[in-house]
Amino acid sequence: MQFYWLAGTMQDIGSVLSLAFGLVISGDKDLLEIVGLSLRVSLSALFVSTFIGLVVGALVATQQFCGRTFVKVLLNALMGLPPVVVGLMVYLVLSNAGPLGSLRLLYTPTAMIIAQAILITPIIAALSAQVIETIYAEYKDYFASLAMGRRAIISALLWDGRYGLLTVALAGFGRAIAEVGAIMIVGGNIDHLTRVMTTAIALETSKGDLALAMALGLILITMSIIINAGVMALNLNARRYAYA
Amino acid sequence: MPDIVPLFPRGLSKDEESSRPTSSLFDRTMSLDVRGLILEVDGVRLIDGVSAQISGTGRTMIMGPNGAGKSLFLRLINGLLEPTRGNVFWNDMPISDALRRRQAMVFQRPVLLRRSVKDNMDFAFRVGTPAIGLVGGTVDEVRRDALLERVGLCGRHDQPARLLSGGEQQRLALARALIKEPDVLLLDEATASLDPASVLMIEEIVNEVQALGTKIIFVTHDLGQARRLGDEIIFMHKGKILEQTDADQFFAQPQSEAAKDYLAGRIIL
Repeated sequence: MQFYWLAGTMQDIGSVLSLAFGLVISGDKDLLEIVGLSLRVSLSALFVSTFIGLVVGALVATQQFCGRTFVKVLLNALMGLPPVVVGLMVYLVLSNAGPLGSLRLLYTPTAMIIAQAILITPIIAALSAQVIETIYAEYKDYFASLAMGRRAIISALLWDGRYGLLTVALAGFGRAIAEVGAIMIVGGNIDHLTRVMTTAIALETSKGDLALAMALGLILITMSIIINAGVMALNLNARRYAYA
Repeated sequence: MPDIVPLFPRGLSKDEESSRPTSSLFDRTMSLDVRGLILEVDGVRLIDGVSAQISGTGRTMIMGPNGAGKSLFLRLINGLLEPTRGNVFWNDMPISDALRRRQAMVFQRPVLLRRSVKDNMDFAFRVGTPAIGLVGGTVDEVRRDALLERVGLCGRHDQPARLLSGGEQQRLALARALIKEPDVLLLDEATASLDPASVLMIEEIVNEVQALGTKIIFVTHDLGQARRLGDEIIFMHKGKILEQTDADQFFAQPQSEAAKDYLAGRIIL
């Protein structure tokens, strides 16, 4: 009895997978639209977060100021921000009754970018602070002996830490592209407007359209593997030359 | 016959020389005056009321047993460390960024950037410009190549700096320090744990640089090196300067018991 159930299930998975591959290979228009929006939202959030996160991380790593330890603890704590709570907070701020309601950003890709950026900025800031701090500990005396200014120090550290920081950015991107809770709340999962891979997977699964959900899942995983492999290759190469 | 590029292509045109400010900030010679220097860390006094005057020429070797405070003293006079009390004056002026840019420091463990040999040199060209713009923010490739050749790293431009051997790394650090055409070159046990060939090359370069007018302040444990290079010896023990004297006199007739024990190879308590 169990054997027949298992065989049936395997057949289902097999047919779903073949349908999913068919969608991917045929370049289904809806599928491409969803993938495109996902990339646009997550890369935009990554761009904003990287800019803010690197500046914050570099300042925390190189400057001595009152409350520095508290900021580091806070950044580390914020790395684990619950997405739905962030989504709720952004929703409250952007809703009609909220302080930024007049901007009418709720249920737009911009709202999703804001939510994702809030989620990943602490990750990028905390991890980049660690990367930069390690390098700065090595370089500090040399830079001090050159009487370098703050801006020159930070730009040199960012350049020399670029391989480690690329991995940090990747961690942020991974968190952003896989996020569902916050963008579901602020984006609303509206077809052709705010539907991205993760929210579409959740919706299509609940509707029973497993082929589209699986196709999106395959793309998500493939994308993740390719990006990770690329960054890992880059890092390995850099380490070989003692640049990382 | 290729043109020989000098280590320090100083030499201003007559116009530049006449327009050069005459204040002591721009004096080539930088004499050091240290007054009542104290450094305390967590209540422990590591430098204990050091006062000294060091002339702006020649080679001053700072010696003493482990923990004597030699490296701390070097860092204090370069401004890398802030003293708890006391003052450091270069040409009667308190240490400042402008004065520090006229000094260069070579550390015991060379601090090399995660870049190629060439890029390490270029970094110093772009960042460590002298107080007077003799070099500017751009890279003088001829001079860079001449310096690399002088330290035996000719043709190694594109090699990752951190994959060089210990001796090569230290020679690169020295070449990089010389880009600034420093008026004072501070070396903190820069030849410790290097092979004899590297030690010899570094000593030769130090002598050349000194002959060009750069003041050398060299922390070393190596008695032979101090004899070979030293014009003046500062002997430190327990955070104090016990002797500051002419090198010949120090090695012939050390005054303090600690110095006698040190020269005799006995453990100093």
